[in-house]
Amino acid sequence: MYLSSFSRWMLRGFTALVLVVLYAPILYVARLSVNTSKNYAWPPRGFTFSTWNHAVHEAGPREALTHSLQTGAVATAIALVLGTLAAFALTRSRFFGRNAVNIFIVLPIALPGIVTGIALLSGFQRVGITLSFTTLVVAHATFCVVIVYNNSAARLRRLSPAVRDASADLGADGWQTFWYITFPLMRTALVAGGLLAFALSFDEIIVTTFTAGVGYKTLPLWFADNFSRPNAIPTVNVVATFVVLASIIPVWVAQRLTDSDSANR
Amino acid sequence: MGTMDPANSTPAVTIRDVTKRFGSVAAVDGVSLAIAPGEFFSLLGPSGSGKTTMLRMIAGFELPTSGRIELDGRDVTQSPPFDRDVNTVFQDYALFPHMNVMRNVEYGLRMKRVPKDERRTRAAHALATVRLEQFGDRKPDQLSGGQRQRVALARALVNEPKVLLLDEPLGALDLKLREEMQSELARIQRDVGITFIFVTHDQGEALTLSSRVAVFNHGRIEQVGTPREIYETPGSAFVAGFVGSASVIEGAAARALVGDDGPYSIRPERVTILAAETASSDANTIRANGQVTDVQYHGDGTRVQLQLEAGASMLAEVPNVGDQTSLPERGAKVTVGFRRSDMLSLHHAGAEPDQARAHVSRTHESGETP
Repeated sequence: MYLSSFSRWMLRGFTALVLVVLYAPILYVARLSVNTSKNYAWPPRGFTFSTWNHAVHEAGPREALTHSLQTGAVATAIALVLGTLAAFALTRSRFFGRNAVNIFIVLPIALPGIVTGIALLSGFQRVGITLSFTTLVVAHATFCVVIVYNNSAARLRRLSPAVRDASADLGADGWQTFWYITFPLMRTALVAGGLLAFALSFDEIIVTTFTAGVGYKTLPLWFADNFSRPNAIPTVNVVATFVVLASIIPVWVAQRLTDSDSANR
Repeated sequence: MGTMDPANSTPAVTIRDVTKRFGSVAAVDGVSLAIAPGEFFSLLGPSGSGKTTMLRMIAGFELPTSGRIELDGRDVTQSPPFDRDVNTVFQDYALFPHMNVMRNVEYGLRMKRVPKDERRTRAAHALATVRLEQFGDRKPDQLSGGQRQRVALARALVNEPKVLLLDEPLGALDLKLREEMQSELARIQRDVGITFIFVTHDQGEALTLSSRVAVFNHGRIEQVGTPREIYETPGSAFVAGFVGSASVIEGAAARALVGDDGPYSIRPERVTILAAETASSDANTIRANGQVTDVQYHGDGTRVQLQLEAGASMLAEVPNVGDQTSLPERGAKVTVGFRRSDMLSLHHAGAEPDQARAHVSRTHESGETP
């Protein structure tokens, strides 16, 4: 594509600006996490890992992180099963009300979290279910399913039905065709959907507030409780920086998988 | 008719009065066929004529609404595709994109739990048959269209099915490659001796390759026969027009030229444009005057479209062998001659003439037919 040198410089400038706006605050927090002074004062003074050392030994954030990982993992697992099954049903068969079902599956992602949260809470209360880990996971699964469903359905629509015919023609029954053909061809879509679903669950706070069991703190809830308490600020900075660093891994994995996937077709 | 005698052996495929409806549309409408072992049998017809649906029912991808399909005498009408001793070469090849060529080819054997060593040997042999022995490690997207076509063929042949189904397998290839693959297919079929059922809309391909051809139209079979029978004694106006070109002469025009109402069909290469002076009064030759309405250059020949004074349009083909100046120009008055025996009676045609005639005029490209 041809661009004049002016447009090229403008584009470079905008790109730089956007990246700065996105990453400067994160770098700011990261820098503060190794600051010797215990406030948000700028410019930072000194350099120490003592806050990191301190934070590692704190039970609160570690427990919250464990809770978030547990919730995300279980919700994602449920979403992978239900979302994929729904995708199969809605791409492979035509039935009365198919479009309506499609909308109902996708809708939770568009609903404001506050609506989902209140609706689930009053629903649970009405049938007499006490809030617990289970209610939290169910709540998270409502929107995780959507992500997995969208990814799986998009992939299934792209798979040529002739490939399944060919598999059956060569002697494979339904399960063998799924195991050797369909599943390998949609694996990367499942990984991408699963990672996205997990990420959504991991930083969800609104629905979580309404549906988590008493005293069950996920990481976002722990942040919300602590970020305004002056003596917790250094720990908040450390935990935030840690989460940012840790989230690079799944993003990198997802990118590699989708790259090798597109190279394969 | 050919070499096989269906009475002596169990047909490889028997189709008894098969109908397939999609909603209110009958894609295949009361088709019966017996295909002998070792035949190269073509299902020929325009798109939407039901030939692919017929093939998919033999493969088991579609179930007939009514009727019966037998493979080697065994009723498979309701059997799923994986329970039939047939294999298919798909129009878009349908190779498994995540497997390399070798794994694609051995897939069928793997499903049948053939031990790995034997699997490898047979797959390698099948790849050699299609001349791709060096390509086992490639992924399908690293192959050209013609190579993918060969892999699809090897993947089906390796299973040594009773019947191989080919769904317009050469449709996506360019002309040169298509001709190459045609002779390749013929060679492979001779070598392996498997019954081939070949779906195509290309009449040239069907005539070249097949031992017998079934011409499909509107879900029904118009005619079954050897390529020669189909071409030289078309059973209906549709067959005459679809397989090669033909002019249909009937009614008053037929009465004027031949003596009865017809309908008759005549091939363009059987019509000669006579020089005005040559008045050889051969008893077998019918002469007619007309005006040239179109002249089309075709490379090996020139097609001349005529409007006869007797009231019919007729196509004549002049081979491009000599003096080009003798070709008539548009608007010129000419005399044509043809033998009485080249006027093929379509009278025994089973198809409703009105319907068939509509398709003949559609298949004539010149558009000059009044």
